[in-house]
Amino acid sequence: MKIVVFVNHVPDTETKVKIGADGVSIEPTGVNYMLSPYDEFAVEEALKTKQKFGGEVAAVSLGGDANKETLRKALAMGCDKAVLLKDASVRDSFGVAKGLADFAKEYGADIIFAGKQSIDYDSAQVGGLVGELLGIPSVSVVVKLDIADGVATAEREIEGGHVIVHVKLPAVIIAQKGLNEPRYPSLKGIMDAKRKPIEEKIPAPVEPRVITTAMYLPPAKSAGKIVGTDAAAAVELVRLLHEEAKVI
Amino acid sequence: MKILAFAEQRSSQFKKTAFEVVKAAKTIGDQLNAEVIALVVGDKVQSIAPQLGGYGAAKVITVENEKLEKYSTTAYSKVIAETAKKEGAEILLLPASAMGKDAAPRVAIKLEAGLVSDCTALTVENGTIKAARPVFAGKGFAELIVATKIKMFTLRPNVFSAGKSDGSSAPVESFSVDISDVDMGSYVKDVKHTGGRKDVAEADIIVAGGRGLKSAENFAMIEELADLLDGAIGASRAVVDAGWRSIDEQVGQTGKTVAPSLYIAVGISGAVQHLAGMSSSKYIVAINKDKEAPIFSVADYGIVGDAFEVVPALTAEIKKLMGK
Repeated sequence: MKIVVFVNHVPDTETKVKIGADGVSIEPTGVNYMLSPYDEFAVEEALKTKQKFGGEVAAVSLGGDANKETLRKALAMGCDKAVLLKDASVRDSFGVAKGLADFAKEYGADIIFAGKQSIDYDSAQVGGLVGELLGIPSVSVVVKLDIADGVATAEREIEGGHVIVHVKLPAVIIAQKGLNEPRYPSLKGIMDAKRKPIEEKIPAPVEPRVITTAMYLPPAKSAGKIVGTDAAAAVELVRLLHEEAKVI
Repeated sequence: MKILAFAEQRSSQFKKTAFEVVKAAKTIGDQLNAEVIALVVGDKVQSIAPQLGGYGAAKVITVENEKLEKYSTTAYSKVIAETAKKEGAEILLLPASAMGKDAAPRVAIKLEAGLVSDCTALTVENGTIKAARPVFAGKGFAELIVATKIKMFTLRPNVFSAGKSDGSSAPVESFSVDISDVDMGSYVKDVKHTGGRKDVAEADIIVAGGRGLKSAENFAMIEELADLLDGAIGASRAVVDAGWRSIDEQVGQTGKTVAPSLYIAVGISGAVQHLAGMSSSKYIVAINKDKEAPIFSVADYGIVGDAFEVVPALTAEIKKLMGK
């Protein structure tokens, strides 16, 4: 089976966001980057799929040279091959999806894994965009997956429950937390990853469909009042919620 | 110009977001001199359609087919795109719900449209729609414009106010879209419902618990308070990772980003990832023993005290207020 997994290189969750000098992105100084957490579930599921059916897992990332660090992590976890679609410019979701879809098509992917969103721009679009660009089904927010006889049975999260969805492969499976427990790279994996080559390709240029015109911080929330220090304060709290905030 | 507003329904009942999306379409439509057409997709939805007129729809299109009773990514995205083409709609609004977020990217490709996800505000400036949306789970906000002829936006539930219906009903037109086996490339085999409680992403009140509750069993008092307020339960990452609560309740950067009217955080210290996910709530109450806990820095009201004493007292007091 030819398995593709998309990985993105994003500021880690500890990052305190500062707006960059251009006013449309964040200031990268002092920011640590990581493999986007949802993509980690995607990598794990790709590796489990290979364990079951054999084949090859190709991790692919679109971005600048810095993304190689995340590709190395994917290799260290056990991916067979890493491909950087090299474009250091900031692309919108469509631009990223187009590059990834072109790669998946050329590679002949039997199944594609992606995270439900990358935790920087949180757009949650790429998996669905790629599915439609390739004319294959996509299933988003997947928390459970079974594959048999070329059919994927995926459990996806909806408000107030889960639905069980059937799709024929090839398909895009978009991972949500809970799908699996991502493995830690072994020491051997880490050492091997350093020696594996990262293939570089230049994705075709794409006109942006969405343009970011500004980025700003949310209005600072000032600390409110401490109503009290024991259970007796509940009376005053309820009064405030009812009369001042009018939320209960 | 025409705006197509996707009104989500399940089991022939509109979701609250259906009204929010139609009303938001009406608000920008008035500024753009555009007409709002609502779209309802499902099996038996004819009878519920007219009420969307009360929120600003000039017309409602229904696409009914037994194959559409349950949501199918492939079939629904085809129906939405075909309807937009037939109407010549240049703006499409969908909810940023599980359904809307799933369908929108596929519709965007079919229509060669730029898509902005999870918007929290739409404004019109000199005829251009500007969308605002949280990035980095709410640690920042971005303002975006769409460069393509057809423009798509998904709207975060609970943020755009639907207001009250003005009571008018809209004319309903049915439209038929061919649904082949290929269009049913993804189909729902089964639905599993989890409890009767509201989903954390949709609720107007959330009572959330963290590690300070010490055990899964102690969430009973959180459940009691949430049920009393007809709210949802939220959880910090720590308690989800510990297996005390399910993942769908997790609030924060690797969980859900929420903006209810009231968020009550019990025994949650307030890691930066958690704060990102909930600090745009309208009112925040923090109950924590540690007066230095970062959660107090975003709370409107705080009680520095033992959750095991404060929460039952709070529940009792609210019961009194409600006359229960």
